[in-house]
Amino acid sequence: MTELLQQLINGLSLGAIYALIALGYTMVYGVLRFINFAHSDVFMVGAYAGYFLGPKLGAGSIGGGVLTLAGAMAVCAVLGVVIEKLAYRPLRGRSNLTVLITAIGVSLLLQNTGQKIKAVGANPRAFQFPGPDGMTRGLFPETQLHFRSLTISSNQVIVLVVAVVLLAALWWIVHRTRIGTAMRAMSFNATASSLVGINNDAVISFTFALGSALAGAGGVLYAMNYPSIDPLMGTLPGLKAFVAAVLGGIGNLPGAALGGLLIGLVETLVSGTRVSTYRDAIAFAILILILMFRPAGLLGKLRVEKV
Amino acid sequence: MNGSRRSFLGRGVALGAVAVLGTYAAWAAPEPIRIGEFSSLTGREAGLGQYTHMGVVMALEEINAAGGVNGRLVEVIAEDTQSKAGESATVVRKLTTRSRVVAIIGEGASGRCLEGAPIAQRAGIPVVSPAATNPKVTELGDCIFRVCFTDPFQGTVMAKFAHETLHAKRVGVLSDVASPYSLGLAEFFRQRCRVDGIEIVGEQRFSGGDKDFRAQLTALKASKPDALFVPSYYGDAGLILLQARQLGITVPILGGDGFEAPELVQVAGAAADGSYFPVHFSLADTSPRSRGFVERFTKRWGKAPTGVSALGYDALNLIVDAIRRGGSAEPKAIRGALALTTSFDGVTGRISIDSERNARKPASIVRVEAGQFRFLQAVAP
Amino acid sequence: MVLPKSQLWLVVVLLVAGGVSAFSGRIDPYVLDVAMGVGIAITQASSLNLINGFTGQFSLGHAGFMAVGAYSSAMLTTTLGPKLGVSTAVLQWVLFPASLLLGGLVAALAGLAVGAPSLRLKGDYLAIVTLGFGEIIKVILQNVDAVGGARGLVGIPDYTNLFWTFSVAAVTVYVVWGLLNSTYGRGFLAVADDEVAAEAMGLNTTRYKITAFVVGSFFAGVAGGLYAHLKGYLNPGGFDFNKSIEIVVMVILGGMGRHVGVIIAAIVLVVLNETLRSFGEYRMILYSLLLIVLMLTRPQGLFTWTRRKPSAA
Repeated sequence: MTELLQQLINGLSLGAIYALIALGYTMVYGVLRFINFAHSDVFMVGAYAGYFLGPKLGAGSIGGGVLTLAGAMAVCAVLGVVIEKLAYRPLRGRSNLTVLITAIGVSLLLQNTGQKIKAVGANPRAFQFPGPDGMTRGLFPETQLHFRSLTISSNQVIVLVVAVVLLAALWWIVHRTRIGTAMRAMSFNATASSLVGINNDAVISFTFALGSALAGAGGVLYAMNYPSIDPLMGTLPGLKAFVAAVLGGIGNLPGAALGGLLIGLVETLVSGTRVSTYRDAIAFAILILILMFRPAGLLGKLRVEKV
Repeated sequence: MNGSRRSFLGRGVALGAVAVLGTYAAWAAPEPIRIGEFSSLTGREAGLGQYTHMGVVMALEEINAAGGVNGRLVEVIAEDTQSKAGESATVVRKLTTRSRVVAIIGEGASGRCLEGAPIAQRAGIPVVSPAATNPKVTELGDCIFRVCFTDPFQGTVMAKFAHETLHAKRVGVLSDVASPYSLGLAEFFRQRCRVDGIEIVGEQRFSGGDKDFRAQLTALKASKPDALFVPSYYGDAGLILLQARQLGITVPILGGDGFEAPELVQVAGAAADGSYFPVHFSLADTSPRSRGFVERFTKRWGKAPTGVSALGYDALNLIVDAIRRGGSAEPKAIRGALALTTSFDGVTGRISIDSERNARKPASIVRVEAGQFRFLQAVAP
Repeated sequence: MVLPKSQLWLVVVLLVAGGVSAFSGRIDPYVLDVAMGVGIAITQASSLNLINGFTGQFSLGHAGFMAVGAYSSAMLTTTLGPKLGVSTAVLQWVLFPASLLLGGLVAALAGLAVGAPSLRLKGDYLAIVTLGFGEIIKVILQNVDAVGGARGLVGIPDYTNLFWTFSVAAVTVYVVWGLLNSTYGRGFLAVADDEVAAEAMGLNTTRYKITAFVVGSFFAGVAGGLYAHLKGYLNPGGFDFNKSIEIVVMVILGGMGRHVGVIIAAIVLVVLNETLRSFGEYRMILYSLLLIVLMLTRPQGLFTWTRRKPSAA
């Protein structure tokens, strides 16, 4: 029983990170209807941004940790906007698959440039920061909380808190601000939204900034929890988060969060059992099964095809 | 983005210039002996390939500074396998036919060695693998050698160590389902445990590149082992050690030679303390030959070597030694001389090649203490 | 049903492949290796083109079907081959094509199993199901000891030669082309152009999609068999998501739904990959930059001189 509870806690903190990444996929899909393959590498850049900013912003204390997190989110937001401007915008109006290829190109470019830059390199780096006493320490002060035989790392709690705060902020932006309303309008009907005077390009830039910032936060949190970072670190979580976005119903924000949590939980629960070697297969099999019965994902709505 | 493109172009031009100069030099000097190398210079196991390559390059520079072998200089043609399946076969074919190499150093990873080496075998070109420890590798043909010890050897050694030194009665095993290296080690460890009467109380699997091992570790912890055996590469191992200690697992954790890298301690920090693994080469080795190697390597590359650097260094030196002993740079003669190697004085120890073309040499077991790899005991084959 | 001209082409390609293959002993083996890689890539890309380009269905699991074919065919030649006690020539010219056929059939079956229930999904949902299928295949192969598991399948005989790769490529292109230019085949284009309209016209769109999926998977499986007997070694890790993406790139770069464009794109990408080898570690950076630049400057696909206008996907 305690083992199950422990696995649930582990699964929740992993799922929260998947949810943050999945939101970026789903938001871009909502406004542009294409899968942004470079998103998982923005996540990787977020981790490295945290790695380089950490020592300068005082990582190791709560304030420094929050600053580092915010810094990495800002870096990724800018990166997301730049990628969109240079690689995707010139192809606006072209087939989604054309944009997909440039997205793959950008993804490969980020991964391989990362391996070649001296400061980054192909070798994994430890996501640890030098403390005043010469010992290394994590992004936030860290302790292990024990409840009977349950062990919860303070980092797992931080992941959950940050994820909830960011999700709430996102909900507020999307539902309570003008730009959020414009985003929703555009995802509903891009042509109509431009007709009523919404600047679609600005909305798209904003969406990329928002989604990439969330990926950046995900990258830093992921690196904090699993402090070994490398230029290819985005691929696997990216794929899982993409699955999560589709599972929840791509284009649907609560769906992405739900999908992320589900994938994290399923993965962790399967990992602790005898069939753990089939873990990735089981995650995908569940996805396929759900899509059989709910072809638009858990919370997605089927679009009626209009002629 | 523009900036990176420009600097990239700049480097491209520089590379081109180097290539042209290189060709000119080759034309002016007598024909060098060409030796190929295929390794994972980029991709997920880039660390393995790059550390090996640094050892090879250093050996090459020293050999040529000493005037080469049999009056000819040596040239190493390195090809990248990108840590990907499907590349090795093509690059080895390129090395054997296009680059016309007389011997090949490569791949440290067993999977890619299994793909590339048979191509060289068919062409009759000898291959010396620095670090492919899977037993199947040298079984592929009579041209394939290695300078490292094998998985059966290290799996057995670690099980014996658990039994005799740690007095473990119950052990848990966590292995990487996507890695032949890890599965092989786990298999031989298990076999030896059966002999010694150690009970395997828990078996968990992960997939290389995973970051979260808490689920598997939680399950292993529940089975109350005296020790854990975690054959894996340092990238995964660092996180496993860290998360194991966070979950309150305090028993000794044993690994394979893949643990050896500074990154293990950087990632795991204090959590790495109290883990044990076999190494091909210990930085703490005090023999003058090893000490000299560590000093020269650190001076040349600005960082300390790892085991695979020493193995890469030995692999090239062994091939050149075979060329010197056989008096010929023909692939057939090199193969013959390699097979007759006895007591070659490498930085990783005295290497003799046995009838299965495996290196017979001792291993050392180290223990991590305060972030340092401390030599514990030597184990003879 | 098929224009005589296309049959002529097929015969010409087969003859040339046979002719060149007879002299392959004189060709630099590395060049030969790359040439065979090109042949396999053409087969992969054309078969995926049938699915992605002509029916508007988006598959990201082509490497999975390739893996199924590769392992089935390699298992046949490695287990049955040594027991037959016949000469290598017989094995290469009789058992090997049989194994390719087997690989194709098993892959086609897998295609049917995946396609039949999932093709009612649209666009990106279908993409992720096929992606998931590819990953599932990989994980299963990693766990089956009989095919070598994670260590991989070693000791596959090197039966693949120029003749087989280019014959298969030619037959694939011929079949895909013939299928599309038949009365029946017009339906594929109709499905791709506008599924709703096609359905309204009384076309059974699901049947078209499944046909495309099964035929595409069949040739992916055959290509897998060729790949297995070219590399001599199979590893489940070689058939991951990135491999599927490589094939998708060929199809889109060639211009979805164009025969010649996709063939040229397959050739260009394989040759490019080899040429860039001399740039060492910069190779993939250059490759990705070229991919972006090519797409930005020629978004309609590299080669647009064929008549069909781009279809919205």
